[in-house]
Amino acid sequence: MQVSMSVNGEDVTREVEPRMLLVHFLRDELALTGTHWGCDTSNCGTCVVLMDGEPVKSCTVLAAMAAGHEVRTVEGLERDGVLDPVQEGFIQCHGLQCGFCTPGMMLTARALLDRVPDPDEPTIREAISGQICRCTGYTTIVRSVQWAAAHGADESVGSST
Amino acid sequence: MTTIDRPATGAEAPGTEDLDHVDNDHKPLGHGRMLRKEDPRFVRGLGRYCDDVQLPGMLHLAILRSPVAHARILSIDTSAAEEHPKVVAVVTGAMLAEKGLAWMPTLSNDVQAVLATDKVRFQGQEVAFVVAHDRYAARDALELIDVDYDVLPPVVDVRSALAPESPVIRDDLENKTDNHVFDWETGDEAATAAVFDRADVVVSQDLVYPRVHPAPMETCGAVADYDRVEGKLTLWSTSQAPHAHRTLYALVAGLPEHKIRVISPDIGGGFGNKVPIYPGYVCAIVASIVTGKPVKWMEDRSENLMSTGFARDYVMRGEIAATKEGKILAIRTHVLADHGAFNGTAAPVKYPAGFFGVFCGSYDLEAAYAKMTAVYTNKAPGGVAYACSFRITEAVYLVERIVDCLADELGMDPVELRMRNFIAPEQFPYTTKTGWVYDSGEYAAAMRTALDLAGYDALRAEQAERRARGELMGIGVAFFTEAVGAGPRKDMDILGLGMNDGCELRVHPTGKAVVRLSVQSQGQGHETTFAQIVAEEIGIPPDDIEVVHGDTDNTPFGLGTYGSRSTPVSGAAAALVARKVRDKARIIASGMLEVSVADLEWDTSGGSGAFRVAGDPGRAVTIQEIAMRAHGAGDLPEGLEGALEAQICYNPSNLTYPFGAYVAVVDIDPGTAQVTVRRFVAVDDCGTRINPMIIEGQVHGGLTDGVGMALMEMISFDEDGNCLSGSLMDYLIPTALEVPHWETGFTVTPSPHHPIGAKGVGESATVGSPPALVNAVVDALEPLGIRHVDMPLTPSRVWDALQGRPTPPI
Repeated sequence: MQVSMSVNGEDVTREVEPRMLLVHFLRDELALTGTHWGCDTSNCGTCVVLMDGEPVKSCTVLAAMAAGHEVRTVEGLERDGVLDPVQEGFIQCHGLQCGFCTPGMMLTARALLDRVPDPDEPTIREAISGQICRCTGYTTIVRSVQWAAAHGADESVGSST
Repeated sequence: MTTIDRPATGAEAPGTEDLDHVDNDHKPLGHGRMLRKEDPRFVRGLGRYCDDVQLPGMLHLAILRSPVAHARILSIDTSAAEEHPKVVAVVTGAMLAEKGLAWMPTLSNDVQAVLATDKVRFQGQEVAFVVAHDRYAARDALELIDVDYDVLPPVVDVRSALAPESPVIRDDLENKTDNHVFDWETGDEAATAAVFDRADVVVSQDLVYPRVHPAPMETCGAVADYDRVEGKLTLWSTSQAPHAHRTLYALVAGLPEHKIRVISPDIGGGFGNKVPIYPGYVCAIVASIVTGKPVKWMEDRSENLMSTGFARDYVMRGEIAATKEGKILAIRTHVLADHGAFNGTAAPVKYPAGFFGVFCGSYDLEAAYAKMTAVYTNKAPGGVAYACSFRITEAVYLVERIVDCLADELGMDPVELRMRNFIAPEQFPYTTKTGWVYDSGEYAAAMRTALDLAGYDALRAEQAERRARGELMGIGVAFFTEAVGAGPRKDMDILGLGMNDGCELRVHPTGKAVVRLSVQSQGQGHETTFAQIVAEEIGIPPDDIEVVHGDTDNTPFGLGTYGSRSTPVSGAAAALVARKVRDKARIIASGMLEVSVADLEWDTSGGSGAFRVAGDPGRAVTIQEIAMRAHGAGDLPEGLEGALEAQICYNPSNLTYPFGAYVAVVDIDPGTAQVTVRRFVAVDDCGTRINPMIIEGQVHGGLTDGVGMALMEMISFDEDGNCLSGSLMDYLIPTALEVPHWETGFTVTPSPHHPIGAKGVGESATVGSPPALVNAVVDALEPLGIRHVDMPLTPSRVWDALQGRPTPPI
């Protein structure tokens, strides 16, 4: 079947099997390998992308279900060579180690900050609680999101680190 | 000294006290808090993990696995799968057997089936594989393979594995008539018995350290690309030890070693799960050779949890002897170890129980003895994984639980009991009763630092108030000593490969450098810390030093990253190779400045390294100027070759022995038996601190693992050997809601034998946190007369304990 959607602001159309998962559509059809896959049961959240601004687990969304929607992946966080404050925050606060859960974590953080510009720690923990990080123990992820909140959650501030 | 969270003071060593003040983002050289060089690619989604490797014409491999724990294979019909239009090949064990590839050696000199030929021996074992044009089709075709099994009774209960009536799992082994793997002992049995006989107090406790799984977020996988013209195999794989894997592939598959290139790309977490060679890697290699195409195999989460390297699974009886005043005299333990269907433990050959021999802990004992029996069961192979430092997790859990049991028996505060029995600073180097030579330690100082950070006395006062109100609050303390950095080649090898690490440093003409490591990062940040180690020694800013790792064609030989060995072994190699280059630079400088080498002083105060003439500091040459001279056309001192580079292979003289003091505070809801970790204070001493930010991250991650193991995680089986924990819905891993805001502190006691005084830290928190958490839960339950509850401390298991019927998990 033919599927069309907007990915990181670009309209894409592909011929795919109806059963194709969004995560495989992004990774295999569009070569956007920043979105990862870590479980089959939507527990781990390494596959989180934004669909119309809301975090979704792309391993449990069919590409066909995303048709007509706006999808944003980690590759779409950086704008005009300037990192999103969330990306900068993860660098500044050691919010990542192996980097595998990081894209999903950052996209969830981006969605949170769009909704709640200055979240407290429990709010951040709640927001990322559908995702697993095996490396950081979450404290530095919380700090990273707080850094982003303090340094321009409106995406107007960032550097080209 | 300070950390980000809160200040701490502790033992300080001369020359190291300023390191943690250094913000290396604003200081061009050496140790200190420096942002990671690898992060800019990761935050952009530009990391390159195994599943990101896409090659032209690449095929996809999927593995058919056994649905039962123990069965004889009567027949396999692959004809329907072969007819699938997108299938290229279907391979069974019988076909591998024709090529002599049906079995492969494990890291413990056992053998493991690549694909089962005679029997399946655990649920999830590899039976056949399909190669197809896409990953969905490969999975579809698995459904078309028909296997006829004759189901056999399984061995599930480790305690009955050696019973005469138990079915023999490993009838593939010649003359095998039982499920025995090995017996192992350490210490002095008679001397220990004598001490126990005369002790005032003896306490014993049965302890189970359940089977758990590292479950890295990235599962295991490989892309094999065999070039039949060149005869060369390139293998991208999720390997923590690419060089060791290359050698083993050469030995197993008969491929010439120079025609094998193993690449470990970015790895999404390892924790020991990615040390062994798995059948899937071998299948991918075979598939690429057979089809002539690149072949990708990526396991799914169920395959990862059900078939790859588990951890722990020790049933232990711990005994401790002491005087009535609280002087610990001896520790004795008997262990029953479940090794699964194949002995796939990754440990040095002479250490079949890993480094469990450090169960003497941090205490000055008169005697110690351990005896272990390892058995086969119908479960997945493995045993050494999940940041265990070769079984030190089990050893530390044993000693720290049994010491708490003794404190309970004596009616003594567990901190006071530990303080009375610590090995004193002046006793180092200290040889334990099981023969381990601890290099350095300031145990009481670390403990005091942790108590200060936690506010221990205030916590005890609060606990008394809450107990009076019927609330269940617990405070748990644990103190650990680790043994990391395997290892000296006279003692340690894996399948005959010495556990040393090479390092190569080249300084380019313009003074930029490339350092090549034999170890491989799975998130530890080697590209940053190894640049810092070299920068500290050679005076070239870390940003000017490229770290190359994870590619056997481009790095020197070494045994890889696990057991917290990168900093103790490879980090030492990096420091020493840089010193070797600096020594050569000094000679070149003496020629450039026309003075003797003895008249030169090394100086890094100017933001880069320089040799200055003693007494005439205006006359100097920088390392960059020296590098250009080394590659230039001008004269060099007599007998000196051009270029500025060196290579070494580092053989450590001993392990390093990091230590730490942990305090956990928990609350238990009496109505639901839910345990909440309110606070956790971790004070770690890993000697010289290269990058405090990264150390803190390593500790935080290990503490979170500890919460998982203590409260949530367990790979469990039903009586038929079905794995009940085959997905992340059933195998629970902590999220941000189950763990507290971590509080960390540190002390610095350098290793006397490591070139820069550093010790490993990657697994310290995984080792130290489970006993602290269990001690805290048991402390909360102490008013109910409960002395022990086994992990995992789930609400149902704690509820049972509250009802007076605590039960072991297996």
